[in-house]
This record gives sequence, C-alpha cells and structure tokens, in this order.
Amino acid sequence: MSDLSITEAKRQSRNRWLLLSPALVILIFAASGPLLITLVYSFLTAGDFGGVEWEFSTDAWFGVFMERDIFDDTLGWSDAHLSIFWRSVKLSLLTTLACLIVGFPTAYFIATRPKKQRDMWMLLIIIPFWTNLLIRTFAILELIRNEGVVNTVLIAMGVIDEPIQMLFTEFAIILGMVYVYLPLMVLPIYASMERLDFNLVEAAYDLYATRMRVLRRVILPLVKPGVIAGSILVFVPSLGAYVTPRIMGGGNQLMIGNLIELQFGQGRNWPLGAALSITLLAIVMVALMAYVRAAGDEEVRHG
Amino acid sequence: MAKAISARALRKVYPGTPPVEALGGIEIEIADNEFFTLLGPSGCGKTTLLRLIAGFEHPTSGTMDMFGESLLEAPPHKRQINTVFQNYALFPHMTVAENIGFGLEMLGKSKGEIATTTGEMMELVQMSHLADRQTSQISGGQQQRVALARALAPKPKILLLDEPLSALDFKLRKNMQLELKRLQLETGITFIFVTHDQEEALTMSDRIAVMSDGAIRQIGTPREIYDHPADRFVADFIGDTNFLTVEAKGASVKLASGKSLKVAGAPKAGQVTIAVRPEHARLTGADNGLMSGVLENVVYLGTDTHFHVALEDGTAFVLRQQNAPDTAAGHVAGDKVGITFPADVAQVLSD
Repeated sequence: MSDLSITEAKRQSRNRWLLLSPALVILIFAASGPLLITLVYSFLTAGDFGGVEWEFSTDAWFGVFMERDIFDDTLGWSDAHLSIFWRSVKLSLLTTLACLIVGFPTAYFIATRPKKQRDMWMLLIIIPFWTNLLIRTFAILELIRNEGVVNTVLIAMGVIDEPIQMLFTEFAIILGMVYVYLPLMVLPIYASMERLDFNLVEAAYDLYATRMRVLRRVILPLVKPGVIAGSILVFVPSLGAYVTPRIMGGGNQLMIGNLIELQFGQGRNWPLGAALSITLLAIVMVALMAYVRAAGDEEVRHG
Repeated sequence: MAKAISARALRKVYPGTPPVEALGGIEIEIADNEFFTLLGPSGCGKTTLLRLIAGFEHPTSGTMDMFGESLLEAPPHKRQINTVFQNYALFPHMTVAENIGFGLEMLGKSKGEIATTTGEMMELVQMSHLADRQTSQISGGQQQRVALARALAPKPKILLLDEPLSALDFKLRKNMQLELKRLQLETGITFIFVTHDQEEALTMSDRIAVMSDGAIRQIGTPREIYDHPADRFVADFIGDTNFLTVEAKGASVKLASGKSLKVAGAPKAGQVTIAVRPEHARLTGADNGLMSGVLENVVYLGTDTHFHVALEDGTAFVLRQQNAPDTAAGHVAGDKVGITFPADVAQVLSD
C-alpha cells in the first residue's frame, strides 16, 4: 500500500470519529458519566452534612443488605431494606399485571374500531399524559381518600357505613401507578395489534376455535412483541417510582425510589443512596434479562 | 334430501348514511356434493354471501339452513364449514403442519389422529416435504395448498373458497383449477367457490350463480348459462356476445337488415335484444348472409381468428373462427362480407 492511500485511510477514519462525536459526547456525559460518578460515590465515606469524603469505604454496600444491631453490635440482614426491595418488586409486578389486564382489552378495542375513530380513541388515552404527574396523582388521591368521591358515594348509597381505608395502602400505590403508566402499556400493544391481520382471527374462528382460544393461540402470540415492550415500559419506571408511592403510600409504604431519596435528603448518606441506586439498576437488569430470555425462548420455538 | 345450503329472502344491509344493501333477498339452494360457484363483478355481493354462510356476518333478515338446520344462531366455530381465504390467512407463527392441524386440535382430536390426518392432507396437496417450514418460507402456490389442506383437514361438510386463485400466475391457476375439481370429486365435500373470473367458473363448476348488485341474475350449469343467458347482464358478463336490436313480429323477429328469423321465446311485438355468440356466426359472401357489413379488422390469436365487422346500421359485430391447418385467409380488412347464423343460437334477452 502506498503512503498516499495510508493518509487517505487515516483521514477517513478521522472523519468517521468526527461524525460520531455528538453521539459519543451525549453517551459519555449523559449516560456513562453520571453512572460512573454514582458507582464511585458508593465506595466513598459519607460526609457529616451530606456529600462525600474522598476516602475508600465499603460501608455503603455493606449497609444496603446488612445492619449492625445498635445494642449488641451483632450483624444481621437489613430487614427494612430487604422488605422495601421486596415491596418494590412486588408492587411493580402487580402494576405491570394490572396494566396488562386493563391495557390489552383497551388496545384491542381501539384496534378493532373503524380507522377514522382510532385516532380519537388514542388521543383519549394520551391526553392524561399531557397533565403533570403530581396533579394526576393528587386527582387519584382525591378519588380514594376517606372523604373522597368513592367513599362518599358508597356511603350515600348505603353500601358501606364506614369509609374504606384505601389511601396509604399498597393498593393505593398500585392504583396510582397503573393510572400513570397505563398509556405506556396501551401504546405498544396497540401498535402491534394494528398490524395484526384480522383475517387470521376469522380463520381461527372458522377452524372451530372458541373466542378464548382465538385469543390464546392466535392473537396473543402475534402481538407478543407489543406485550413485552409494554410490560418493560411499565415495569422499569414502576420499580424506580418515587412520586406515586410518596403521595399514595403516605410515607410509610416506601419503595426503592423513596429510600434512595431519603439517603440523599434527610439521611445524609450519599454513598448508601448511590449504592441503593446501583442495586436498583441491577434488579432492573436482572428482571429484564429474565423476562426477555423467557419471552425469547418461545420465539425460537415458533421460529 | 336436505340441501347443503338453502337460503330464503336473505338480505344484508350495512348501516350507514345511506345504508348499503349488499344483498337484497337472495334465494339459493346448493345441493350436497356440488361444486357451486358464485360469479360476479366486484361489489356484487358474492363475498358478503360467502361471509354469511361462514358466519362472520349475520343477515339483516331472511333464513339460511344447512342440511335442514338453521344457521342463523350458530357462530363460525360451531359450523361444519371451513373457508379458504383470499389471502390464505395462514398463521405466521406456526409451521405448515401446525397450520393444517389447527382445526383438528381445536376440535379436541387426539395427538395421533391429528398427526395422521395432517399427514394425509399434506399428501393430498403434495406438501409433505415442507411440513416443518414456516409459512413465510414457502411460495404463493404452496401457501395456497396449505390453506386448502388446513380447511379440508377437519372434514367440513361445506368448503368455502373466496377467490383463492386470484393471486396465482396463469399457469399455476390453470393447474389449481383442475386440482380443485379433482379434490372436490375425491372428498365429496360441497364446494362453494367465489370468483369474478367467468372462465374459472365455467371450468370447474357444476352450477353457477351469476350475481350483480346484490341479486342473483341466473343459476344454472355452465352450459345453460353460456348458451341461454337469462338477461343482458349475464350474456355480457359470461364470454363475448354480440347484441342485436330487432323488431318482434309474430313468431319471428326482423333484423335491422330487413331479413326475418324465427326465434324461440320472442315476444309478439315490440323491440327486443337478441344475443349471438361470436363463435356461433359465420362469414359468407356479401349477399348471402342474414346481415352484411364491412370487415374492419382481422385479429389472429393463434387458436382463433376474430373478425370485427361494422354492420350496415353501424352496429359492431364480432365473429370467432377456430384456426385449422387448412384455413385460408379468405377475407381481409375492407372486404364487404355477409354474416349468417342458425336461428336457434340467437337468444332473446330481457334487459
């Protein structure tokens, strides 16, 4: 190869890097950078008034799972943290499930409307998205609090004598999250449902499949990509949810998001907060890998 | 014996402004073990009628029986009727064999029986070697066979075919036409076939119902429909036809040329239209025919030659002559020619 073509190759390579640079800058500063800082902080010592002292320590990671008894100094599992982890995963799974149960028929309903009406129905699904998250959450709170619409109506109708305590329970958190994240489930399912050839539904129906079997054997397998996408879109933010559990749970039903906020705020334990954040990330990744693998296996079986 | 399908005063109206009447009072009887074709241009209601029989849609009024039992309340999965869809509608997430076995599986047949029947069906449509392929990996003609096998596998009493050959190329279509006819004879299942292709209908059918504008214009064997079309629409839609306006006088009709012709079924008086098929007429010398005109065009088509004649009164008339090795090119464009045809090939039409 001549010198000329070597310089030419170098020039081309330089151009490529130049063109890639905006994307790389964003990736470094917006994605990797903060993550790296969080990771580093989780291995430092907590400052007395927040912040960190630049001194290596594994106390934070230790504190994520374990705690030292304040009286006899023995080591034990951190029950408080573990129960918060468990609650986060449980409530997120239930939220995802509830969104699926409500969202799937909704998407089916919209996809089977005449073409002209579909946009109108989708708009109705999206409109709440334009409202501030806090306001939407307070609206739900207004519905279910003891003096709220639901209880007032039920008492007026004579169905119940005492108001049902719905607010500040796990139910309230799930309800709030389902309301907030439902569009994220409906949109991807609708997208794959719209591409579904409804001739296939008729074909299955024609071949002696009952309605349930048409759903299970034909519709579900074909809109599965949408269901998977929707489930991920709901599950991931649910796991890190902060505003909804704070308001609907009333501070005594903490989820991971609230626990992290606590460490950076009143707790003044930034390293622990950082370690908890990384833990949340790990939980999400493990859950996603398990989910995608389970869904992917089936894909391979069918080809 | 009860008819496979018998419908009375069957109407289907789609709501809207204004409402669309897709079918207006259909009366039809389809015998068991018959290859029956619904033929008509697009929008004539043939597919709607098929969907009513399949159960995908419900009639606005009227009755429909299958072997003497009412179909009105039965959902599609309770009818022993299967459909071959126009776009085949094969399940993309299943293999060829899984597609064919689907109906049997839904009927709750045992694994062994499903495997046996699926095997037989694949044999029948010559697809055994592709059993484990995905439906996206096979050609259009093969997909067509799979769709057919899938619909036949549960051994329905009636098979509905919604223009299943329209997506195939000419050669393949010809082969499939013969194959469908063979399958129908072998299985003894009643076939109801929908098409807009009159040649396809004539090739395969035992009987044909010609439809237009949501009504049945004529039901009959291919020969009846071709040789004795009931009205102008049928005569025009099936094959090529020359229409002549004539004056009815007693038992005969008077052509525009002034010659008279005895035609069966003509009214006593007034103007009527008669139809003459191009292959039923012959060219003669200019003065010997029933009519005369100028030969405008001679079109050689391999098997046939078409002669386009402008009659004296301006009407266009086409004749078809089969080519034989010794056929001499007797006439050339510009010649004055006469046209003659036997009186019994002329069909009197109601408009």
